[in-house]
Amino acid sequence: MLTPQAIEKVQDFAKEIRKKTLYTIGNLGVGHIGGALSIADILALLYSQEMKVDPKNPQWEERDLLVLSKGHAGPALYSTLALKGFFPLSELDTLNQGGTNLPSHCDRTKTIGIDMSTGSLGQGLSAACGLALSNRIDKNPKYVYAIIGDGESQEGQNWEAAMFAAQYKLDHLIAFTDYNKLQIDGTIDEIMSLGDIEGKWSTFGWYTQRVDGHDISAMHQAIENAKKQTGKPSMIILDTIKGKGAAFCEGLASNHNMNFDLTVANKAIAELG
Amino acid sequence: MESKEMRAVYCDTLIDLAKENPAIMVVEADLMKASGTMRFKDVFPERSVDVGVAESNMVGVSAGLSAGGKIPFAATFGCFASRRVFDQFFISANYAGLNVKLVGTDPGISAGFNGGTHMPFEDIGMMKLIPGLTILEPSDPVSLEALVKECAAHQGCTYMRLHRKPIKMIYQPGEKFELGKGKVLLDGNDVTIIALGAILVPEALKAASILSEQGISAAVIDMHTVKPLDEELVLAYAKKTGCIVTAENHQVSGGLGASVANYLSLVHPTRIAMVGVQDEFGQVATPDWLQQYYKMTAEEIAKQATSLVKAKN
Repeated sequence: MLTPQAIEKVQDFAKEIRKKTLYTIGNLGVGHIGGALSIADILALLYSQEMKVDPKNPQWEERDLLVLSKGHAGPALYSTLALKGFFPLSELDTLNQGGTNLPSHCDRTKTIGIDMSTGSLGQGLSAACGLALSNRIDKNPKYVYAIIGDGESQEGQNWEAAMFAAQYKLDHLIAFTDYNKLQIDGTIDEIMSLGDIEGKWSTFGWYTQRVDGHDISAMHQAIENAKKQTGKPSMIILDTIKGKGAAFCEGLASNHNMNFDLTVANKAIAELG
Repeated sequence: MESKEMRAVYCDTLIDLAKENPAIMVVEADLMKASGTMRFKDVFPERSVDVGVAESNMVGVSAGLSAGGKIPFAATFGCFASRRVFDQFFISANYAGLNVKLVGTDPGISAGFNGGTHMPFEDIGMMKLIPGLTILEPSDPVSLEALVKECAAHQGCTYMRLHRKPIKMIYQPGEKFELGKGKVLLDGNDVTIIALGAILVPEALKAASILSEQGISAAVIDMHTVKPLDEELVLAYAKKTGCIVTAENHQVSGGLGASVANYLSLVHPTRIAMVGVQDEFGQVATPDWLQQYYKMTAEEIAKQATSLVKAKN
C-alpha cells in the first residue's frame, strides 16, 4: 500500500508530466496529445515508485525496462525522463526538430533512457518478450514493463507475443493496455471492438487485472499483485481517458494527433494548477 | 569433391560459436527441423527459442533478445524472412540499431516443390534497401561456416540466404572469408563472371570451362556478400576484362546484377549481362527443372559471356 503522501507525490509528478507534455507539443504546434496524456499517471507511478532506474547511470544493468509500444506517446515519456533528470528539460524544446534526440516515436538509438524503438504499432510487446527472456537467461531479476495502446491491440502481432509470453512463462513481464476507448477513426467499439478484453488476455494465459488508469493507488496495487505471480505474464488493463487533464482535448476522438499552440497549452497548464 | 548438408553445417557452426559465446541463440518459427537447428536445441535448450508459426514475433523477440545483449540467429524460409517480416526486421531490429542475424532458407529455386508462394526471388532486393544491413549468400559448406562466424562477430544486423541441401565443397577447409570481400575463384582476361550462392557459383565455374574451350578466358568471382558490395574488386575486374556477367538465384532487378550495374554505371560504365530471374514469380517444379526454366545455367552464362566478348571486340 502506498501512503497518502506517496500517492500525492505521484499525482504531483503526473501533473508535471502533463504540463511538460502539453508544453512540448504546444511549443511544436502539433502532436499526439491524447494518448500521451492518457498514460501520464502510469508513467508517473512507474518512474517514481515501481521501476528501478538511475538517471545518472541510464544503462545500469539492474534497471527495470519499459517498452512504450504505443511509440507515438513518446512526448509523455520524454517529459517523464527529463523531469527525472535523464536529460535537461530544455531538450523538450527540440521535439521533432531536425537533428533532435526526441522524435515523435521512441528511438532507443537517440534518446537517453529509451529502452526500445517503437512506432510501428504492434511490435513492442514482442521486443518486451525478448528482453524478459534475455533477463531470465542472465538470471537478472529485473522487470520489463510494456505499454500498448487499445487501438494498437488490433495488430495481430500482439497476440503472437501474448501466446509467446504465456508459453515461456515470462512472469517478469508486466504489460499495460491504455484502454482510452478511442482510435484515429472513431471509438474503439465502432471501428474494431476489443470485446471482452480481460477475457482475451486471460484466455491467452496472462494474469489479467483491470483498474482505473488514473487511480495511482489501484495501479500500484495491481503491479504488486502482478509481481506475486509466478509462471505467468501480467496484463493490467488501464481504463483511461484520452487527453485526460486538458479540457480542450479530453475525451475527443480528434485528439489523437491534433494542432494546438502554446496559448492553448498554457491555458491547460494553468488549469492543472 | 565432398558434399555436406548446408543446414547441418549451419547448426554445427552455431553450436561451435555458442560453446565460446554464451550470447549466441537460435530463434525459430516452427521450422527448426527444416533449418536443421534441432541439435542446437539439444545442446543448448535454454538458448533455443521456438515461437511457433509466428514469424513477426520471431523477429520482434529476436530484437528484444538483442537489446538484452544476446546474438540471436533467427531463421525461417526466405519468403517469410523477407516479405512477411520486412517491417519488423526494418524497425524493431535495424532501425533500432540492434544485432539480429536473420537467415532466409531455401533461397529462390531451391524452394522447389513448395512452389511460388515459398520461392523468394526478391528478398535481396528488399533487404538492400535497409540502411547499413549486411546481406550475404554463401556458396558452399566451407564459406557457410566461415561467414556464419563472421556474421556473429559483426556488430549489426545481417541477412543471410541459406541453401539447406547438400552442396559440394568449392573451398578447402580453413579458407578465410571476410564480409564484403569477394573471392576470385578463377582469374581471366576476357570476361568476368560474378556469381552468388550455392547454385550459381558452381555454374559460373562450369561456364568458365565451356568458355575456355572456345578460347575465352573468364574470371570467376564468388560475391558472397551482396551488400556491402566489394566495389574495389568489381572495378578492378571491370577494368581488367572489360565486360561482366552476373549470375544469381534471384531477380536480376534488385539483386546482385543490379548492384554491380548500379555501381559500375557511376564509376566505370561496362558491358554487363545478367543471368537470373527476369521479373517473374516463382513456381512449383524440381529445382533442376526450375534452373533450366529460369536459365540459371552454365550454358546461359557462357552464352551471355560470348556475346559480350564479341560485342567488346
